[in-house]
Amino acid sequence: MSGTKNNEIRTPETIEAERYEIFDSPSYHFNIERRDFLKAVGGGVGVFLLVNAPAALAQRGRESGGSRRFHMPPLPKNVGAWLHIAPGGAVTVYTGKVEIGQNIRTSLAQQVAQELHVKLDTITMVMGDTTLVPWDIGTFGSLTTPTMGPQLRRVGAVARDTMIELAAERWRANKSQLVAENGTIRDPSTGRSIGYGALAEGQTLAKTILFDDPLMSPTKWTIAGEPIPKVGAINFVTGRHLYPYDIKRPGMMYGKVLRPTAFGATLVSLDASAAKAIPGVVVVHDGNFVGVVAPTMEGAEKALGLLKATWRTTPQISDKELFSYLKENALPENEQQEQRFLHSVGSVESGMAAAHQRFSQTYTIAYIAHAPLEPRATVAEWHGDKLTVWTGTQRPFAVRDECAEAFHLPKDHVHLMMPDMGSGYGGKHTGGHTVEAARLAKAAGKPVKLNWTREEEFTWAYFRPAGVIEVRAGLDAAGKIIAWEMINYNSGPSAVMTPYVIPNQTVGFRPTKYPLRQGSYRALAATANFFARESAMGELAHMAGTDQLEFRLKHLSDERLKTVFRAAAEKFGWPRKKTAPGQGFGMGGGIEKGGRVATCAEVFLDPKDGEVHIRHVVVAWECGAIVNPDGLNNQVTGAQVMGIGGALFEHIQFADGKILNPLFSSYRVPRFSDLPKIDVVLIDRKDRPPAGAGETPMTGLAPAVGNAIFDATGVRLRSMPLAPHGVKKS
Amino acid sequence: MAIELNVNGRNYTIDTDPDTSLLTVLRYHLGLTGSKYGCGEGECGACTVIINGYSRRSCITPVSYAHKKQVTTIEGLERDGKLHPVQQAFLDVEAFQCAYCTSGMIMTTVALLRSNPHPTDAQIAEFLQGNICRCGTYPRILDAVRRAERMMAEGGSR
Repeated sequence: MSGTKNNEIRTPETIEAERYEIFDSPSYHFNIERRDFLKAVGGGVGVFLLVNAPAALAQRGRESGGSRRFHMPPLPKNVGAWLHIAPGGAVTVYTGKVEIGQNIRTSLAQQVAQELHVKLDTITMVMGDTTLVPWDIGTFGSLTTPTMGPQLRRVGAVARDTMIELAAERWRANKSQLVAENGTIRDPSTGRSIGYGALAEGQTLAKTILFDDPLMSPTKWTIAGEPIPKVGAINFVTGRHLYPYDIKRPGMMYGKVLRPTAFGATLVSLDASAAKAIPGVVVVHDGNFVGVVAPTMEGAEKALGLLKATWRTTPQISDKELFSYLKENALPENEQQEQRFLHSVGSVESGMAAAHQRFSQTYTIAYIAHAPLEPRATVAEWHGDKLTVWTGTQRPFAVRDECAEAFHLPKDHVHLMMPDMGSGYGGKHTGGHTVEAARLAKAAGKPVKLNWTREEEFTWAYFRPAGVIEVRAGLDAAGKIIAWEMINYNSGPSAVMTPYVIPNQTVGFRPTKYPLRQGSYRALAATANFFARESAMGELAHMAGTDQLEFRLKHLSDERLKTVFRAAAEKFGWPRKKTAPGQGFGMGGGIEKGGRVATCAEVFLDPKDGEVHIRHVVVAWECGAIVNPDGLNNQVTGAQVMGIGGALFEHIQFADGKILNPLFSSYRVPRFSDLPKIDVVLIDRKDRPPAGAGETPMTGLAPAVGNAIFDATGVRLRSMPLAPHGVKKS
Repeated sequence: MAIELNVNGRNYTIDTDPDTSLLTVLRYHLGLTGSKYGCGEGECGACTVIINGYSRRSCITPVSYAHKKQVTTIEGLERDGKLHPVQQAFLDVEAFQCAYCTSGMIMTTVALLRSNPHPTDAQIAEFLQGNICRCGTYPRILDAVRRAERMMAEGGSR
């Protein structure tokens, strides 16, 4: 059970550096068969199989770094239904991707509607229901837009062609003269037309998709590419939407889990007599797992409070010793073959020897929490040896498998449903809470709701990895970088590659032992590597006596990255003259996950207390063809706001296996008072395939702010968070 | 102990410990799950409801406090199938991503505009300072508050 056995200091042999790419497709699937599916949905036209992934997508991981094992997660190769057109004309699209606020329920539907030529409101997206949708690796890594987008576009195109074929048969017409529009097929030569619903009537038909099927060019989009409002948005302003936290089942009881006093603690004794004495309360004690079930939520809370347990704990390190611990515990080279990443060009040593000026610095990044506003939540219900769960997760099939494994069930005995949830930010990949709820429900013989508290979410989930990043560089007499070395300990390899053209360079990632449970996070390693690299670029530009923008541009060959740097600078008015003491300007940017970002920031330091106020942020972002400009604007803006927390003040404090700030009163997150003016510049490249945009837009912020603080004060800050207690001028 | 509540115009009698939080009663006794749990300590604002005209954090409000008082939750804002102007403004601006904070943001804004129909930017930020949007949609929420202010000024407030 991940919630209870994950606390010892572990070497990461079981968890890959970037943490999500290890999850290969399982060797077999239990998806619904074609015939059964059509029977279940009452006939109509289904679109099923997808054959092999395109080679272009498989390349992607190499662009900005990533371990040698990094590869695109496999697309499902099983027979599963992707799209169904019912005899009435209703279109249902099935995907294992889930909606967690990133707006893919809308953006994916737009893309299907575009290729299928139907109105958006005829489409219903079924997402993350493991019995109905084809297997999927999970929703993370900015993968939905570059992988599921084209996949569903192909599905839509096949369905549209099927409709044309059916109409051609019916009319004995030539397919090529028929036109699909607005959910109908029309024959311009005769003026006849027929709706998709009528064409699907009486059909039981399955179609196969090939990856070679051509897609409509984004230049011709009329539904995709438009700022279409979020599907079902009214349910969010009325409180009607049911999140995982809100699910209720008939006869449902309420569960609570007794948490150990520290990570890695062992249960020594338990006195549950007082709790058991309450009518209707069930106490579950299974090894280190202790939980209660009661007929009401307050009854469960009360019963939990009556449990008397003693735990044996072990001394563990604190956040004060974190960075020396990571550095000292780098895994020996022979133990990290699978995970370490090393990329070398030329010779750093000869470059450094020839350098006119030399630079060497260490940057660090703290553990931070995802803190999604909705904590983990599950309702679990057993029928014999079959388990049904409604649970919040970014990886429905992996959590289904986790349940199957925990209870020794075949995978198809577990049915997981994922209601659109209160976000995740990479923090809801694991299913510990789901397994806990199922364990309680099994004991109670009733459906059980287990809603984690905020403190549980802060403590028993996992964190963004902390890291130490060492940078060495050398400048020649003309102020050009001729040597560059950057090694990241523990954060991960993503974006460790520099986009700057440097003749002698070594960049790498070294796994280490680590003291807290760590895992995926929105732009996790990229945030760390952007921070170190773009801070160092700021320091080197200063050393060379060159303007920040000019210094970057003269080392760049990637035109797309140059374009976003110039766009951000233009909107910001770079170079700007200071108009007040305490004011400073900085920038940062780079390439990651197929996108290009550049961020400019203006900070103001309060002379009284040294507190840093970010006054203005300009972010320029390019991710190929834009699928929904309004949704994208929302994502990119939100990324700046969330980025402020990690940049300035968020950090997890811990000692002896305890999280010392596991509440919003002690763990500061960005609030209204932290909000700067934010300008978003979106560059729409309709000639390029869309890339994901949930993560990379946040990566330029921290270095831009760090560089701006230096510009304001002359103080160089090299640890994230930069200024949890303000900046003291030295 | 029997607690008498008036929630969204309906009367309820609840039999529970008087220290049980109002949020627990709303969500698990009355099935009104529009009010959200986010922190349990009154720090995030997701559970905000209006009690006798004032915004309150229902997660730290004992149900006994609401005894014989008027409670309004997000489910009680619509009138005759029509959204409250604050709801409409949040919808128009799409001032959310995951939207888990939205109920609390809307309830807090309703209370703000009731007490101060034309707040300054600083007053809005101060009033909403206790509401967390982890997705970072604060700029749109400010736009939504401004839009609601205009709609209520034009159409009459409630």
